[in-house]
Amino acid sequence: MTSNATARTLAALACGTLFGFGLAIAQMTNPAKVLAFFDVAAIPSGGWDPSLALVLGGAVAVTLIAFWLIPAPGRKPLLDTGFHLPAKTAIDTPLIAGSAIYGIGWGLVGFCVGPSIAAIGFGDTRVLIFVAAMVAGAWASKGIGRLIAPPASDK
Amino acid sequence: MENFTPVSALVGGAIIGGAASLLLLLNGRVAGISGILGGLLTPVRGDIFWRLAFLAGLVIGAFVWTLAVPSAPLTLEAGLPLLIVGGFLTGLGARLGGGCASGHGVCGLGRISKRSIVATLTFMLTCGITVYAIRHGIGG
Repeated sequence: MTSNATARTLAALACGTLFGFGLAIAQMTNPAKVLAFFDVAAIPSGGWDPSLALVLGGAVAVTLIAFWLIPAPGRKPLLDTGFHLPAKTAIDTPLIAGSAIYGIGWGLVGFCVGPSIAAIGFGDTRVLIFVAAMVAGAWASKGIGRLIAPPASDK
Repeated sequence: MENFTPVSALVGGAIIGGAASLLLLLNGRVAGISGILGGLLTPVRGDIFWRLAFLAGLVIGAFVWTLAVPSAPLTLEAGLPLLIVGGFLTGLGARLGGGCASGHGVCGLGRISKRSIVATLTFMLTCGITVYAIRHGIGG
């Protein structure tokens, strides 16, 4: 590894640690907390927990400023030669179908991708089972993605 | 709303947003965790260690919090079959849809990306329907 690659790895470790810490503080690592937000039928009885909306709102309030200020034309990230931002703009079938499937998985358990990985830090073996199944699903996405929207040329 | 925790939600959310912003500032990367994970499934030389480091950091960060707050709850209602099916669909859908709550939600909404706004509305909706079906629909 070059020194810059080492610096990027250390930076990613620091950012990931901060991210995981934030997820845990916000209790997004607790599936019951997440499901309590999505159980909107509990609003009349007073059992609804709107916390997740504030977690997302608090996070987006910061990233709105960051994505507005940081990737300006002519600028570079501090440790790399350019920004790696998503180039896709099309609202297509994989986007909608994938997001719909993802939401179902999220609702079945209450874990999404980041929080489930962070929750490994809680030392509950059931979390490892979820994460293993999630990695298998991510692996399978390549083949299934071709069925939904066959690419013009396979890479 | 007895379980509403507005302060920890906002503070935690701001830390999450700060971490994503730092990754953008330092490495020029979007903190989409399913994307960071997905990149490891088709590994490219020179593009592996930062991904592993970020994912390891997630675990470390949550672990540090459990040291500070040993009573921090992790309540899983799902049994083993649901854990496996839910995990599989979560990984599959996030990769197909090009992102998850961090990539499309935290970062994509921050970039005001139309794709991410559509994705976020879609998975919030199907998640809500799923929770309703489990808690109030099927045998509820």
